[in-house]
Formats: sequence, C-alpha cells, structure tokens
Amino acid sequence: MNESLIVSILAASVVAGTPLLFASLGELITERAGITNLGVDGMMLVGAETGFMTAVITGSPWLGVLAALVAGAILALIHAVLCITLKANQVVSGLALTIFGTGLSGYLGKAYVGMRLDNPFVKMPVPGLSEIPILGPVLFNHDPLVYISYVLIIVAALYIYKTRAGLFLRALGENPAAVDAVGVNVFTRRYLYTIIGGALAGLGGAYLSLAYAPCWLENMTAGRGWIAVALVVFALWDPWRALVGSYLFGGVDALGFNLQVLGVSTSIFLLNMLPYIFTILALVLVLIKKEGRLASPQALGLPYDREER
Amino acid sequence: MKIRIEKSLAPKRSSQIIVPILATVLSLFFCALFFVATGRDPLDVYSAMFGGALGSGYGVSETLVKTIPLALCGLGVAIAFRMQLWNIGAEGQFYMGAVAATWVPLHFPDLPAFVMLPAMMVAGAIGGGLWGLLAGWLKAKWLVSELISTLMMNYIAILWANYLVYGAWKDPNGHNFPLSAPFPKAALLPTFGDTRVHFGIVFVVILAVILYFIFKKSKWGYKTMVIGSNATAARYIGIDIKKQILLVMFISGAIAGFAGMVEVSGIVGKLQPGISPGYGYTAIIVAWLGRLHPAAIIVVAFLFAIIQVGGFMIQTMGIPSATATMLQGAILFFVVGSEILTNYELKIADKEETKHE
Repeated sequence: MNESLIVSILAASVVAGTPLLFASLGELITERAGITNLGVDGMMLVGAETGFMTAVITGSPWLGVLAALVAGAILALIHAVLCITLKANQVVSGLALTIFGTGLSGYLGKAYVGMRLDNPFVKMPVPGLSEIPILGPVLFNHDPLVYISYVLIIVAALYIYKTRAGLFLRALGENPAAVDAVGVNVFTRRYLYTIIGGALAGLGGAYLSLAYAPCWLENMTAGRGWIAVALVVFALWDPWRALVGSYLFGGVDALGFNLQVLGVSTSIFLLNMLPYIFTILALVLVLIKKEGRLASPQALGLPYDREER
Repeated sequence: MKIRIEKSLAPKRSSQIIVPILATVLSLFFCALFFVATGRDPLDVYSAMFGGALGSGYGVSETLVKTIPLALCGLGVAIAFRMQLWNIGAEGQFYMGAVAATWVPLHFPDLPAFVMLPAMMVAGAIGGGLWGLLAGWLKAKWLVSELISTLMMNYIAILWANYLVYGAWKDPNGHNFPLSAPFPKAALLPTFGDTRVHFGIVFVVILAVILYFIFKKSKWGYKTMVIGSNATAARYIGIDIKKQILLVMFISGAIAGFAGMVEVSGIVGKLQPGISPGYGYTAIIVAWLGRLHPAAIIVVAFLFAIIQVGGFMIQTMGIPSATATMLQGAILFFVVGSEILTNYELKIADKEETKHE
C-alpha cells in the first residue's frame, strides 16, 4: 500500500464516520441525561428523507439540514413525552420510534426514490489547512458538514466537562434526585437533551442523503442508527471516544469498498457483514474490561419519579 | 384540584384489554393526519386497506398466510420479553431457521415427507435457536446488550442468506436468478384446499397452547417472569440467571427459526432473498400489544396481518406500502404511551380519602 492509498482510506473513514458521529453524539447526550432512545435509526431515516425532500423542493441543502434537525427533534419529542412525562418503557418506545420512523420515511419519500439532487454538499477544502501533508487531505478536504461535526464535538465535550450545565447533565443520568434537590428541573432538562439528541440523529441522516450518497433510498441507513447506539457504549459515554469510534467504524464501512478496489475477491455480502460484526466485537471488547460496565450512567433508562425519591 | 399520578399495584384486567384497543383506534386517527397532510382521504386509505385484506377470499387467505409467521415470531419474542430480555432479533433468527431448513432438502432431496418435514423443522429450530443463543451467550458472559447484538445479527443473517442464494446455493437450472433449487414435493407443508393457507396455522395454535401452560402453570414459566420483574429477588431465591438467559434466548430464537422453516416450506418452496418483509420486527409490536399473552398474540397477529396485506393492496392506489409500517409503529407508540393508564392511577389530590379500587 502506498501513501496516497492510505490517505484516501483515512479520508473515506472520516466521511463514512460523520453520520455515525452526529448520531452517536446525539445519543450520548440523551443517555448522559438518563434517557435511552433506541429510535436513532428511525430518526436518522426521517432526517435523511425530510432533508432530501426539502433540498429538492427548495434547492438549498442547508434548508434540508434545517428540516432534518427539526424532524429529528419532533420525533425525539414524542419519545420524551412518552418516557419522561408518561413514564413509558424506554426500550419499547424507542423501538416504536424506529419502526414508525422507518414507515414514515418510506411513506413520505416514495416519490423521491431515485431522484437526483442538483446541489448536494460538495468538497470545500479549507484554505491552508488542506495543504498540510497527510492531515490536510484526511481532515480538511471535505464538505462543510464534516467541519461542522468537528466544531460540534469540541463544543459538546467542553459543555459536558467544563460547564456548570454540563455538570448537571452528567448528574441527570447518575442521580436525578440530587439534581432535583438543588432546584434544577429534571423534567425540562431531560426533555431538552432528548430533543437535542433527536436533532443530531436527524442531522446524521441528512448527511447520508445530502452529502454521502447523495440520494434518498428506503432504509438507506442500513442499521447505522443502531451502530451509533452501540458506539455510545463503546465510547464509554465520552465524546472524544465517540469521535474515534465513529471514524473507526467509518473505516470498517469504507474498508469493504476498498478491499474490492484492491482486488480481494470475497463476496460483497460477506464484506457488508463487517460493520455489524465489528459492532458486536467492539461491545465485547469494552465489556470484557470492568470500565465498560462502570461507565454507564447509573440512572439510565429509569423514569424519574419525584414520589420515589 | 390537582391530578396526581400514582403507581398502581395491581393493574386492572379490564383496562389491560380496553387500553390496547383504544390505543389502536387512536393511532388510526394519528396516521390519518399524515394522510390528510399529504392530500389523501384517510377513509379511502383505510377502506382500501381493510377491504383489500378482508373483502375477498384471496384477501382473507393472504391475511391468514401472513398471520402464521407473525404469530410464531410474536410468540417467540414474547418468551424473551417476559424475562425483560429484549430479543429484537426474530428477523435474523427467522432467516437462520429458513437457511438451516433449506439445507435439508438441498442435500437430501430424496427423503420421504415424514422424515423430510420433521428434519426441516428440527433444523429450522436449531438454526434460529443457535442464532439466539449466541446473543444470549454474549449477554450472559459479558453483559453485551442483547438489543444491539440481536439487531446486528439480523443484518448478518440476511446477508448470509443472500450470500448463499447468490453463491453456493444458487439453482444451476435457475437462469442465474438468486434462488435456491425448488424444494421437492416432500419438503412442502400441506395446504388447505386450493388456498395458500398451509399447515403452519396448526402449529401456531399448538404452540400458543403449550406456551399458555408454560407461562401460567409451570414453575419454569413463573421463574422467568420473576427474573424479568425483579432480577435481584430472583438471585436471592437461588435462580441461576445466566442459565435462564441462555435457555430463553435459545427457545425464543428456535421459535423464530421454526417460523422461517414454516415460511420456506409452506409458502416460498425455496430459499430466496426477502422471504420476510420484516415479520421479525412486526412481531415485537405483536407481542407487546398482545401483552405477552399467547392467545392475545394470535389475535393481534391477525390484526397486523390485515395491516400488512392491506398495505400491500393499497400500492395499486399509488400509496406506498411503507404506510403499513408507519401505522404499526404508531400503534406501538400509543400502546406504550397508554400503559400509564394500566400501570398508574390518576388520582385527584384533594379527594385523597375517596376509595379507589
């Protein structure tokens, strides 16, 4: 393998990892607040579909992104109402969200299957930075959404670890009663973080339909939403590790394609299994060590009930 | 006057039946909003759906045909759900069962039916069972979330089936289509009259009866439910939870795998891509809406078969078949959301002393 091939594989990993990064960052924030939302795949699909539809109708991919954010947020709001206010089973509600999102995106998107997008997001090399050897082409020769993901991850990490609100966010998932005791409203904050998580999942979907593909296909996420959920565990609920994990999985995603380019004559079906097998292996890897179990927010998935303090 | 929500200790039986029905009706209204928003008359859509599924002999027979895999997979996941084991891998277990069952007639085409069919059933159950067991083992050994592992394994199983029918198992006389060789007659489940309704429907009833007795009467059925409702208590009274996880995941997968066998043997007559339009996923809703009760699961499976067949029929009106999936997801939303009515009681705070049952 020569240098340019390695660079192109790494660059492809970043691109393929970006939808996972948006979605897993969203789920990470939601889970940090103590809410499990397994509807990521459904929210991504609806985000991908509404984003694509809006971009086709308005001609603006940025409006598409906005629509995807809103769509993801609305779906997450349903989950929030069910799980936070109505104290419903979070696992089942998330599954419902995935199934509903799959159906809704298929229903709304039927007319757009196979349609071409006139102005998808295209590469915009960052002046100067993209000239740096190796790092430049790997990190700074992408579409604008990739750069937005860099900013988002930095902002999220600073927010979670360095701000007072971030401290409360972490406490929401560990000990909501303590947050309540200092007079912070557990319910509104959990609503907020669930909705932010949904918006980011929608954005992850929009990345697929507006930049990665760029087109709309039914079930085009191919389970990426679930990989994002697994990535949060793999990342031990840490945004920086989520970043690394996303690119790692992006690499696995891109690997299948690149192996074919290299002339590996394995069946395409077996190569396509790789991301799913890696997801399971990654979970085993972190769970074999004790830290995997300890990192999980203590109150994750439990409805907060003021009566039961 | 303030309304308070309190945990109800003993959910009322009547509300357990009324609430899901109410939830279903509400979700029909909810989806009607989407139809109106996209310029369609919801009454047209629903009448086409239900008319298509129930309005003709063909429709009814198709609905029964779809009830079979939905009910079998629903019963399969219900066993795991009772233990709060989230086996959402019925789809993959279904495919693995179909693959394992297909292996029998492809390699021993000359077996007589009374050997062939039982051998296929056992193979299907083992294929799905081992696929479920693998996820169970990961859970028991390293606490790997069965939600994620079973879901990932769905994709792997479907790709595996595709790998076979596009490769080693492709029928040499099949004009290069991705299909296995058609099964010999001995490998086909008998059908009723000249309909497509096959013997699998009998298995549904038998299995539901067996599970009813296991759930309600057997010590083991009770044990798994205790684990589901309170794992700590279960550990105190000496239940080996890890062993139960392995056992339950195997059985749950085996039933879905059996469903896969029934489908290839009763309907398809060969292995091909897309043998399931998501039965394994719909089964999750079927089991939950049926409150994990075997008889109710059959009823709900029939209802969801109507939606599935109806969703197929409305395609002729230019309405996407994904409508059925959307409706199913919405039903599950309303069911989960309305559980507060069965698990909690609404109380009016300033009438604290009034009696409530």
